[in-house]
Amino acid sequence: MHRTGELYGHFQTLEQQKESATFGMWIFLVTEVLFFGGMFLAYTINRSAFSTAFGIGSNTLDITLGAGNTVVLIMSSLTMAMAVWSAQVGKKKLVSIFLIATLALGTVFLGVKGIEYKQKFDHHLIPGRGFDMKYHPTHPMAGDDLKELALEKEEVDKAFAVDPDINFHGQLYFSLYFGMTGLHALHMIVGAGLLLWLIKGSFAGRFTPQYNAPVEIVGLYWHFVDIVWIFLFPLLYLIDRHR
Amino acid sequence: MSEHIVSPKIYLLIFAALMLGTGLTVWAAFQNFGKFNIIIALGIATIKATLVVLYFMHARYSPKRTQLVIVCSVFWLAIMLALTLSDYDTRSHETQPGEGRLVQPAASHLFSA
Repeated sequence: MHRTGELYGHFQTLEQQKESATFGMWIFLVTEVLFFGGMFLAYTINRSAFSTAFGIGSNTLDITLGAGNTVVLIMSSLTMAMAVWSAQVGKKKLVSIFLIATLALGTVFLGVKGIEYKQKFDHHLIPGRGFDMKYHPTHPMAGDDLKELALEKEEVDKAFAVDPDINFHGQLYFSLYFGMTGLHALHMIVGAGLLLWLIKGSFAGRFTPQYNAPVEIVGLYWHFVDIVWIFLFPLLYLIDRHR
Repeated sequence: MSEHIVSPKIYLLIFAALMLGTGLTVWAAFQNFGKFNIIIALGIATIKATLVVLYFMHARYSPKRTQLVIVCSVFWLAIMLALTLSDYDTRSHETQPGEGRLVQPAASHLFSA
């Protein structure tokens, strides 16, 4: 394709080129809104049908890790926004620094998610054979808060007495939990790949006040993934904490 | 037409607001507001998302064309949510504890421990 510097032949100015790229990214994000919207819808319907099992499932999640990860992700959005600003005002070194900070924070988020998943494996909360919401309260592990666990046991026993299907409905919660957070994590991994590509470009000094569309549109994507988490966090972690 | 550059000061202000919202939503989750708990949680999340869209994603300073796309995405999402939920809400299905299931678990004996 014909190209002069960073300007492709079918555009007249870099500004027009950037506007088109940004517009295209927004169109893509619309499809993403509806894609994640479908999952939120499935979650809402199942939660309203099986609120007891969903409440118990939600309370097994670690609120400190969840809230911590929310802070980490919002910080990464700030550094991403700062990377865009650095490119716009021509501070080439800062672009690299802020992009690397964004990638580092994104990696921390994924690491914490990994720790949380591991916990769910240990506690027999993976949907499928062996799933048992009674398992963890009766098999404490090192580092468990025993008082918290006793509360959980009481809650689980009470629920089982009323509804023997709790384990079946609980699997719905955890299927949705792993499905939604897994897809979110997949988006983070894609974002991390895009950031690596941007970092390579910023080391080469590619991004200037005239040409910074790639930083801008990857930024849009990154912020969108942040927004998905802003909704996932209260819905998955906080639905039944007041007892 | 030159592009609008959002200053770091505004980014930091928005960041502070988002942190405040996160703290607030965690605090609110531990209070008993009855059925308002979910409304408060989703309300705070929506405000946070709006701040991200307007400032981090520059929607406030974007061309009208881009803003139209954003409004459309929310509109179509609202159609999907409203029509599906009203359908589920007005259909009768048994979900009494122990007897009713949205889906009959043909192989549930394989999954329950």
